[in-house]
Amino acid sequence: MQKTAFGALLAGTTMLSPMAAMAETEIEFWHAFTGRLGELVAAQVESFNNGQSDYTVVATHKGNYSETLNAGIAAFRAGEQPQILMVFEVGTATMMAAEGAIKPVYQVMSETDAEFDQDAFIGAVKGYYTTANGEMLSLPFNSSTPVLWVNRDALDGAGIDPDTDLSTWQNVDAVLDKLKDAGHDCPLTTAWQSWIHLENLSAYHDVPFATKDNGFAGLDTELALNGPVQVQHISQMGEWADEGKFIYAGRRNEGGANFRAGECALFTESSAGYAGIKAEAQFDFDVRPLPYWEGVKGAPQNTIIGGASLWVMAGHDAEEYEGVAAFLNFLSSVDVQAKWHQDTGYLPITIAAGEKTRADGFYDANPGTDVAVIQMTAKQPTANSKGLRLGSFDQIRGIIDEELEAVWSGDKDAQAALDSAVTRGNQLLRRFEQANR
Amino acid sequence: MEKRVTFKGWLLPLCLIAPQVVISAVFFFYPAGQAVWQSLFIPDPFGLSSRFVGLGNFEYLLGDPYYRSAFVTTAIFSTLVTLTAMVPALFLAVLADRLVKSAGVYRTLLIWPYAVAPAVAGVLWLFMFNTRVGVVAWYLGQLGYDWNHVLNQGEAMGLVVVASSWGRISYNFLFFFAALQAVPRSIIEAAAIDGARFWRRFFTIVLPLLSPTTFFLLVVNVVYAFFETFGVIHTITSGGPQQATTILVYKVFSDGFVGQDLGSSAAQSVILLVVVGLLTVVQFKYIEKRVHY
Repeated sequence: MQKTAFGALLAGTTMLSPMAAMAETEIEFWHAFTGRLGELVAAQVESFNNGQSDYTVVATHKGNYSETLNAGIAAFRAGEQPQILMVFEVGTATMMAAEGAIKPVYQVMSETDAEFDQDAFIGAVKGYYTTANGEMLSLPFNSSTPVLWVNRDALDGAGIDPDTDLSTWQNVDAVLDKLKDAGHDCPLTTAWQSWIHLENLSAYHDVPFATKDNGFAGLDTELALNGPVQVQHISQMGEWADEGKFIYAGRRNEGGANFRAGECALFTESSAGYAGIKAEAQFDFDVRPLPYWEGVKGAPQNTIIGGASLWVMAGHDAEEYEGVAAFLNFLSSVDVQAKWHQDTGYLPITIAAGEKTRADGFYDANPGTDVAVIQMTAKQPTANSKGLRLGSFDQIRGIIDEELEAVWSGDKDAQAALDSAVTRGNQLLRRFEQANR
Repeated sequence: MEKRVTFKGWLLPLCLIAPQVVISAVFFFYPAGQAVWQSLFIPDPFGLSSRFVGLGNFEYLLGDPYYRSAFVTTAIFSTLVTLTAMVPALFLAVLADRLVKSAGVYRTLLIWPYAVAPAVAGVLWLFMFNTRVGVVAWYLGQLGYDWNHVLNQGEAMGLVVVASSWGRISYNFLFFFAALQAVPRSIIEAAAIDGARFWRRFFTIVLPLLSPTTFFLLVVNVVYAFFETFGVIHTITSGGPQQATTILVYKVFSDGFVGQDLGSSAAQSVILLVVVGLLTVVQFKYIEKRVHY
């Protein structure tokens, strides 16, 4: 229902667009989306442009997340920066530290007297992008969190009840044994190993990933991902890899292809994997909350997000910032957010958008799509689960990937690999601290 | 007797070399100078501030065991790429040179891979060796060999070497083929009449006569392996597994554009410049002595 109404509105306003093309102030918006997501962003932008006549938002695709960030940085150095730049969550610290290059969202909103209620945003989403004082620096745009995807047919085929409890890693371990015994080739695979099995693992078990509140409290943070909880988890995964129960497919989301083809039984991946899995899977599948280790104090806490937020760049006119404020408010409005959440599997960024989706009956019609929302919002985030704010984090993830590969191939034990990741990562953190003093 | 042509006055020769000098200045000396200058600072990514650290960036790099191991990786990688790109090219050129009929067809087909951009070549090879859907990986699996370049360092290195060399074989083939055509038939025929068999003629006559071409290709291929293989590595392994395929130029990229650490990145490109410069000097000083023009 909602969808058709929105579509009709879009179609109607599209016809008016030639008249709106004369709009006065142009707002540039650089993003990293292609394919279906790119179309959805284009639709949002078009709907904004057609809904008012003061501003025209021009959305441009600038490559993947890293490329978009680099394009923004290069443009800023050349004085050609866009008004709005999409930056993935691991680039947050880089953007935050660039005080002269960005204009915090809360400032944009207050200077332009735009209506803006920070409390409307989901805490765990907002927390990632706010200062220690609770001021919002960038607008959350697409946020997801890791969940467990289950191939029900595979469990059934191995003589396991597809509804079996998979909420703890202990239970998962038992299921992996049975799958292996039944001759299954790929009991478990994962995407984004650092994000899911270290960053989220830490938050979910309420242990620090880095000191200084995961970097929120200062640039002099150090990695702490070699604690007992993390070592125990990685060493367990290393054992599974050795026994052929965990199949490593690659550093990004290569494992998704294996899961969607029905080759793997369990798959830890972002909730935003929903669209792809729904489109391709020829089997009965399920979304479950990410498992946790039973017996760890405080677990399960909440998981943290991945995805991107929108940063407003410095160096533009007041009038342009008014357009930016209007556009950001449009993006976070309830209807736009609810539609985005339902179309993509990304989390709704405001509480109201989540409630609207529930009221629309979307969760009843698509069971499991609210698992991620519940997992994120069940508890008030702690200092360990608010998010991560580490400089050079994209590259630190690369280091973590390398060290984890050493564990999966049996070259190193979990403790040695994580110790080495900490030492190497800390070097990069110190470099970042020097560059941003 | 050496023949010398001399110009009267300075103007004409200066005008003649001016375009080359200008191009070198704009596209080489200026950026190289910038890199040297930047390597002395730790700037923030946005260029808002930068701290002078003298040789601090170099100290940081050379003290990093992972950077030092990238040297070893680069040496292994470049040697393998150069060999894999040159030896088959020479072999194919010798075979094509012996063809009487339809040599043009073979020649054209052998040149094709050169038209494929490195990144595209990388994706093609990745497809064939993809651990899940790759054709070659599947056949290897049928033979009982479990191909997994995602975790196996040796296999990853082998794959990027082959993918990097493949298109290069065509380029080298062209040069070898042209050089072979230039070998005087009369010498070969004379040797044949003296009773020298094909391989003997090849090693004692043809190969020495090819030495200027071989030397040129050696220099060009080493430079290729150092700098232009980035696309292949980026698409196939991103430097992994662990750091098995992180060559120096890939590290420049990942520090500069993934880590936004421009100081370290600039220092690395300076080091790279020095290394390749030295390598070329060594090649010209020692290997060229064995080249007969």
